[in-house]
Amino acid sequence: MTTEAAIRVQGIQKSFKDLHVLRGVDFDVAAGTIFALLGSNGAGKTTLVRILSTLAKADAGTATVHGLDVAANPGEVREAISLTGQFAAVDEVLTGRENLMLIARLRHLKNPGAIADELLDRFSLTEAGGRKAATYSGGMRRRLDIAMSLIGNPPIIFLDEPTTGLDPQARIEVWQTVKKLADAGTTVLLTTQYLDEAEQLADRIAILHKGTIIQNGTLSELKQLLPAATVEYVEKQPTLEEVFLTLVGDTGETDTDDADRADSAAKAGKESR
Amino acid sequence: MTTHVLSDTRVLTGRSLTHILRSPDTIITTAVTPIALMLLFVYVLGGAINTGSDESYINYMLPGILLITIASGIAYTAYRLFLDLQGGIFERFQSMPIARSSVLWAHVLTSVVANLVSVAIVIGVALIMGFRTGASVGAWLAVAGILAMFTLALTWLAVVAGLSAKTVDGASAFSYPLIFLPFISSAFVPTDTMPAPVAWFAENQPVTSIVNSTRALFAGEPVGSEIWVALAWLVGILVVAYVWAMSIYRRKIS
Repeated sequence: MTTEAAIRVQGIQKSFKDLHVLRGVDFDVAAGTIFALLGSNGAGKTTLVRILSTLAKADAGTATVHGLDVAANPGEVREAISLTGQFAAVDEVLTGRENLMLIARLRHLKNPGAIADELLDRFSLTEAGGRKAATYSGGMRRRLDIAMSLIGNPPIIFLDEPTTGLDPQARIEVWQTVKKLADAGTTVLLTTQYLDEAEQLADRIAILHKGTIIQNGTLSELKQLLPAATVEYVEKQPTLEEVFLTLVGDTGETDTDDADRADSAAKAGKESR
Repeated sequence: MTTHVLSDTRVLTGRSLTHILRSPDTIITTAVTPIALMLLFVYVLGGAINTGSDESYINYMLPGILLITIASGIAYTAYRLFLDLQGGIFERFQSMPIARSSVLWAHVLTSVVANLVSVAIVIGVALIMGFRTGASVGAWLAVAGILAMFTLALTWLAVVAGLSAKTVDGASAFSYPLIFLPFISSAFVPTDTMPAPVAWFAENQPVTSIVNSTRALFAGEPVGSEIWVALAWLVGILVVAYVWAMSIYRRKIS
């Protein structure tokens, strides 16, 4: 692992007509780390991710991903990244296994079937692999979505609000997946509006507010800056979650490798909604 | 990356063809309305219509029915493209190192395949209802070519609708006027029975020349100069729709 920045964002600006969404954003993400971009709805998180993943062009500033300028070399950047957008980008008509094979084929890899089976196993979806993705629970769909992003082992992964709309068990499953990714050396940039999510996952956290980064640091650095009221909210949230998980039976945490358990967790997730 | 255009298009076309195989109702519903129209016109209205030729009425009106089939079938292309855009899978494809045009071409090729299947079903029903043709293999190929070009031209219009629609309904609503167009043409009644302004419109809109050419090919008669008018319309619509769709697509992905 190098200390060189996997993602470097300098002075990025973006406007939609009169709306200045990004007003000069700067930050670096070190390779192999998890970087959380924290911000409320409409803060510009998704716009920034879209620029970094070559889906949108910045009005000003430069961004390099994996040492490549996103504006000048979008094609090469796409070889190095994977995007998991805000809405699970799975093909609902295809089965889980077919979804994975589709992406493997589009990445021009050999043995798409073997790649699909390996990922189904890794994400506890082996049993559900032959079913249409439309029948999946929110958590399973998100796991499939992330699994699709891992095909071809891109060194950098963007996760745009990966747990929005998920129930607590599914959220924990996603968190575990993200942690495993970073352990394996993948650089992860994730956006979230949940403070506890950034707290759980991120090596560094940047707060995007009104189009600029107003703070950027490790959790302990930031904790000293946050107003007391916010800290209280963060501490209360896990307590309620603990109660909830105890009441419904915490199945998400331990057995990510067991398809049966994951399925029942997904079912429990459905019922809890 | 352009080296992957063919393989990426093939993979993505396989994906959308799978969609159709898993919901064959999209092909059946495409065929049902034209078949119902055919039954209505042949067994209810047809007896009262004087086409001025010795041909059976079903022989007379089948070309128009086939165009209606295609015009309603392409709405599903706009619908499927719109769903891809909505669901986020479009953005996933765009963020991957795949040839960018393959995403659209896959939908277009799927549309051609699906519509030709629908057309084949309608022709099958027409044969049962008494449609007869002495067309040679060459004439059949020419008909297939005209219908394929008509499908391609309208499909690129469907791409425009699918890319720019705001709602699912909007994505498919654009096809209604296209479905209606054959009614104001030579498809069901000779244009000289219409009031002058309507007849003028009917004679100068693309459907009439396409219908007349197809009808002549099925009847084994010479197509005359009408075929060139038909081809000019087809190529013209195809080029305009393609350029329009591509410019919207480029704006969308940049």
